[in-house]
This record gives sequence, C-alpha cells and structure tokens, in this order.
Amino acid sequence: MSSNIKRAVSLYSYQEEFFLRKMTLEDCIAAAAAAGATGIELIGEQSVAGCPKLPSDAFVDQWFGWMDKYGVTPVAHDMFLDYNKKKGHYWSDDEAIESFKQDIRFAHKLGFKVIRVIVNVTPEIIEKVIPFAEDHDIKLGIEVHAPWHINSAWMARHWEVMEKTGTKHFGFIPDMGGFTKRLPRVQVERMIRQGADPDIAKFVCEQHEKGIMAEYTIYEVSKMSNRRIDNAVAELSRHNTYVNPISLVPHIDRIIHIHGKFLEMLEDYTEWSIPYKEVMEVLKKGGYDGYIASEYEGNRHIQDVYEVDSVEQVRRHQMMLERMIND
Amino acid sequence: MYEKYMIVPEKAKKTENGFEMVVRLPYYRGVSLSMLEEIEVSVDDEILPQEDILITVNGKTFDLQQRENELDERWEMPDDAILTVKKTGGFASGEHTVGLKMILRIGYLPFPALRHAVPKTIVI
Repeated sequence: MSSNIKRAVSLYSYQEEFFLRKMTLEDCIAAAAAAGATGIELIGEQSVAGCPKLPSDAFVDQWFGWMDKYGVTPVAHDMFLDYNKKKGHYWSDDEAIESFKQDIRFAHKLGFKVIRVIVNVTPEIIEKVIPFAEDHDIKLGIEVHAPWHINSAWMARHWEVMEKTGTKHFGFIPDMGGFTKRLPRVQVERMIRQGADPDIAKFVCEQHEKGIMAEYTIYEVSKMSNRRIDNAVAELSRHNTYVNPISLVPHIDRIIHIHGKFLEMLEDYTEWSIPYKEVMEVLKKGGYDGYIASEYEGNRHIQDVYEVDSVEQVRRHQMMLERMIND
Repeated sequence: MYEKYMIVPEKAKKTENGFEMVVRLPYYRGVSLSMLEEIEVSVDDEILPQEDILITVNGKTFDLQQRENELDERWEMPDDAILTVKKTGGFASGEHTVGLKMILRIGYLPFPALRHAVPKTIVI
C-alpha cells in the first residue's frame, strides 16, 4: 500500500558538519535535496544567525533562491521558549507569548507552514497564540518527544485545547524516538567508553527490549552498582521509550508533522533501535499524508571517537522512508 | 555533546595578566549570553574564580555580571567565542593543561545542561 506521506530533512541532522563549519546552510539544503527530500525543516536558532529576530530582506531573497535552486519547500521551523533566559526571573505568560509570536513572524517570513512547539510550552500559552498563528497561516505542533507519548497527561491537556478550540492550526508532532524498542547502540557504547560496566549495559538493553518498566531496571542496577555511570545506563531505559504505535491511530487527524528521529542507520537501510516499519504501517493505514522529517541525532554519541557522516546517515534514512512510503 | 570541541587550543595566547583562548558552544543552537549559567576554567588543576573570566562574542567583551544580564547578544552555534582569563601575576610561559566546565540554562530541560570539555594542552 503506497501512501502520500512526504519526505523532509531537518537541517538539525547536519549539526556536526555545520558546527565544524564543514557545511554551510546552503550545503545543508543541497544535501537534503540530494537525499531526495522535498521539504526543509530547521531550528532557526541553529541555522540562521540572529533568529528569532527577522532575517534581512537579502537573506530572505537568498533563502527562497535556494528553495528554487534545489527544488525544496520550507516545511517546519522549530521554536524554543527560554522561560528562564534571565537569571532569577521566570517569564510571565505575556513575555512567553511575545517570544512565541516572534517565532511565528520568523517562520512566516521564511515560508514555513508549521512550527514545532517545544514541549515545555503550556496549553494555556498555545491557546492564546492560536489566533496569531491562524492569521499567519502557521500550524503549531506540540512535539511529542520521549519520555512523553501522545497520551501522556501533558499531551492530554494539549489535546483538550485542540478539541475545545476546534482549530486546524494546532496539532501533534510525534517524534520517532518515542518508539525506541532497542536502546540505541551508539548511546550504550559511548557510555561503556566512559566507564560503564558492559555486563550491566547488556542487562539494561535486554530488560528494555523485553519491555520491562524502566523503574524496575533502575532499581535492579542500583543493587548491582553504586557508580553513577552504571545507573545512568539504566536511566537510558527511562528516557528512550517505546509505546505501541497504534497509540497514534485516534490522533492521526491531529498529527501535522513528524520528526523522523534516528541515531544509527545501518548499511541495510534499517535503523538500529526504532522499528520504523511498524510505525510507518500505522501511519499509512491511518492515511497520514504530511511530512516526515529525517532528524539525525547520532553525532553526539559517536563524535568522541568516530568521524561523523551525517550526509550518509540522512541519505540512508531518506532511502528507507522512500521504500516504506512506496511499498 | 561537543565536549572534545569546546576548547580550541591552537589559538591560545598570552595576554598581559593571563591568556585568552578560543572556545566553542557545547549545544546545538545559539544562546543569549544570559543563558550561560556558569563558565569555569581550570589551569593545571587550579580552578579560577569565575569573576576573572571574560567572554568575547561578536567582537564584544563581557564580564560575569554583564554576561548574566545580556539578553540580546547571542553566541551562535557555529561561531567562536574567546575566553580571557586573568590572574594576578599572570601565568608562566609554556604548556598548561586547561579544563573547562559550562552550564547552560535551557528552558525545556529539567536539569541544568552541564558540559565538561575534554581538557587540552595550550602553549602560551
């Protein structure tokens, strides 16, 4: 069963090369297009200096020039709310709303249709911002990032706002990291390099794969070792969650975008820890037809000893998505 | 993340009362200087007072108090910053092992973002 799901790349994926100044913003866009994506997602505060201040007209012209040149479309901008930006002061709702609106202006100026709303934004703030988003034709998506899942208490409160307002401009952005069936090998191996006990790591991985609740594993490991690093390995099972992807089904119409998180694409075009096929089947069957944006996050776990090749990782991920979409 | 890139030893050089060195931001997006909760430098295992560390971004230099109150000036992700470390009497010329700890205040994280740089040897 083929599907109308579309493919994007979040330029977050190329953060290692961008940080090391091996790739420019244009290089990142070109790499995403070369991998077969038709959509671009970015974190403004990573990719565009000065964000969320509005970019200059010259930059905006250049941006749309790149979109034309590489045959891609702006899809999503990822925003943040720095509630505690000023030491000792926690933003009022009005301050938070003003910051949020600035991200909407920024996204609108660069042609994005979706804003990834960072998970700590309260439902009350989003509700107040929705009319402004509607005026700018921007859909807001609360990111459903592990350890949250789409039916978590926090997400239920956001869902209530979606239901209450009936708006088409607020929905969910599930992150594929919420379907981490096996603990990421790159993450576990890095912790072993940092001194974690390999046997304890193996035990934690086995427990996680069996679906044992993290709290049991954390307690078991606390009896095996009092070293911080060993207990941190056990806590991986708390931060990397797996929920049954059918949990998405009742919310399919509220899913406006998806983060295709991945940490390690293998040569056979499978992801080590996330059963993409299972999730994709649910999305296809449910008729999801938005974008999935590749979001590579493995660099931070391997950069201590390996050269990171984000371009190749994204290429494999896009190939995997293409095959699954058209299968 | 980015621990091994945080200290750029090649560009370290001696100044009148200490030294300066290039550092990189251990985070995936730019931050306002106010979000740099702590910058701790150690030289040959001696932790220096935070008050004696200045940071320069975008060609502008900030002391601790100015940094904490600076909401607009941003340290962008791909950019260098310069730390200027002062010490009465300065440091001896030659090799020193430098450590760097940074704590970032990030709104959505339930804990401070603590980063320990991989220590590096500088020659001043």
